[in-house]
Amino acid sequence: MTALIEARGLSKHYPSRDGASLVRAVNGVDLVVNQGETLGIVGESGCGKSTLARLLLRLIEPTSGKIVFGGEDFLALGKRALRQRRRDIQIVFQDPYASLDPRMTIADIIAEPLEIHGIGTSASRKAKVLELLDLVGLDPNALQKYPHEFSGGQRQRIGIARAIALEPKLVILDEPVSALDVSIQSQILNLLMDLKQRLGLSYIFISHDLAVVEHVSDVVAVMYLGRIVEQGLAEQVLGAPLHPYTQALVSAIPAMDGKKKPQRIVLAGDPPNPEHIPSGCPFHPRCRNVMDICPQVLPLLKPEQGGNVACHLYHSITPLR
Amino acid sequence: MMHELLLDVENLSVDFNTEKGRVRVVDGVSLQLARGETLGLVGESGCGKSVTAQTIMRLLPTPPSHIAGGHIHFEGEDLAMIAESRMRKIRGDKIGMIFQEPMTSLNPTQRIGQQIAESLTLHRGLSYRESLPKVMDVLKKVGIGNAVGRIDQYPHELSGGLRQRVMIAMAIVCGPNLLIADEPTTALDVTIQAQIMELLQALQRDLNLSILLITHDLGSIAEICRSMAVMYAGRVVEKGGTAEIFATPRHPYTYGLIGSSPRRAKKGEKLLSIPGLVPPPGQRAKGCNFADRCPNVLEKCRSVAPDLMVMQGREVACWNPIP
Repeated sequence: MTALIEARGLSKHYPSRDGASLVRAVNGVDLVVNQGETLGIVGESGCGKSTLARLLLRLIEPTSGKIVFGGEDFLALGKRALRQRRRDIQIVFQDPYASLDPRMTIADIIAEPLEIHGIGTSASRKAKVLELLDLVGLDPNALQKYPHEFSGGQRQRIGIARAIALEPKLVILDEPVSALDVSIQSQILNLLMDLKQRLGLSYIFISHDLAVVEHVSDVVAVMYLGRIVEQGLAEQVLGAPLHPYTQALVSAIPAMDGKKKPQRIVLAGDPPNPEHIPSGCPFHPRCRNVMDICPQVLPLLKPEQGGNVACHLYHSITPLR
Repeated sequence: MMHELLLDVENLSVDFNTEKGRVRVVDGVSLQLARGETLGLVGESGCGKSVTAQTIMRLLPTPPSHIAGGHIHFEGEDLAMIAESRMRKIRGDKIGMIFQEPMTSLNPTQRIGQQIAESLTLHRGLSYRESLPKVMDVLKKVGIGNAVGRIDQYPHELSGGLRQRVMIAMAIVCGPNLLIADEPTTALDVTIQAQIMELLQALQRDLNLSILLITHDLGSIAEICRSMAVMYAGRVVEKGGTAEIFATPRHPYTYGLIGSSPRRAKKGEKLLSIPGLVPPPGQRAKGCNFADRCPNVLEKCRSVAPDLMVMQGREVACWNPIP
């Protein structure tokens, strides 16, 4: 498999509101998405997953690190080249109410990326828009309507049509179904899986909903306070998690059979603030397996049982000689 | 098995005045909640579950809302009939309520301790100083440590999970028998959701509290509710024991709802989905509201709306239920 996008040591630090400290929103993230693959990114609010999405699109510039997209240094691209390259990476946002311009018709919204990139004639763009509407399961009479005339699920279909208009290679989906009702969620998830197959897309699927991520992803990365703490095949990471944080996340999903789960790990405390990242392993204040070493040494992401995990439980540190 | 009923909602209908005239939002809903039990009311946006809850609490202003019919029996009174002055004595004292977004339900300019003490002042006539021991005690009950330090804090100084705990503390400080929880964990992270669900369960056990949990999340219903009612477009379509409904949903809508969850599906497989959209209030047909989306639809469904019918230990409103 060939890597479509690869990030190495990607970080984004912001000055805190009072200017006295740093908010480390994303902190040394390594990731790879192969052609045709879906990488799921899970984590709680403030873990940096949405900042990571914006970094990968270069909607914001990283503080440090590297992004290689299609074999090319993505961060070295100048303005014009970047705009060209962005045809290949598109994003679908969480809130279908906030991400569509209320004053534009659906036809204009979907055609806009084609116009910006100067693709086709006005007639061929029209045809393309119709084709896209059909692809995302919307009626052609939607064309002259405005976003407010649609339900949340339909708006998300419009957002998806806009994102795939340029035939991108990678689509970043940032909580694409979180704002939708369950029965509508499943319609959109089915659509996304269908489009992936038909158009040969790769996805980065960002969500806090583990069940949704497990369903759509090949590979899953779990983020905590700006770092990936566990990563591997979806079945493995979410089926037999290694990191105590992933274990707690997985056990927090209520069972759906009306029977209570045998053991539930309830994490104490709140998701901490990226402005005050604990020393050593950032998870140690909430970890039930905490050891002496944890507050002192940051565990790195290392191979373990076919995946990667950043936890001292699994790798003993090399003794000093 | 059936304990004494604490809350018995009987054939409740609620109308709203809109630009297009009077529209029925809740249509003949009946719910029973026994003392010390938990009932889950589940449904998607716009199904009328929150309006039902807010009507039980009589929180909706009239106009635009009207109770168009039915009864809300609670501890020997009919909340649908009593005067607002009487309701004010029940609200916050005998029935507590928590909402989805603690940040918008708490007063940002008032300290936590004062907000919790408010209902003690209102219902028990206690001064702030007199209510402090109770406030400390309830903070402990909801799992907030360092109560002395917390009471002088403002809501913005707390995390989402703590704010939700404060809301719960406010709701239970007078020792109500009924707690109405309207999407109490929807705005919270998964690990915090788990904390709040555990807390609600513990409170129910320790205080013999009855909980009416309103949510769109089938998972949290499965977790803490012994019985459940499924609402669709203003009506209850299925009602019964949670485990039984999850095992063998009878109403095609319940079946679709449970099946749409990726938690149930095989990986990568197409999820069950319900085509179409919920008909908005005012555009509901005279037959079954689900008929246009239903795979089991019959001729009859389009003309006559089915009432809840008893079927193998549960109630289902369907002419052609799943056997």
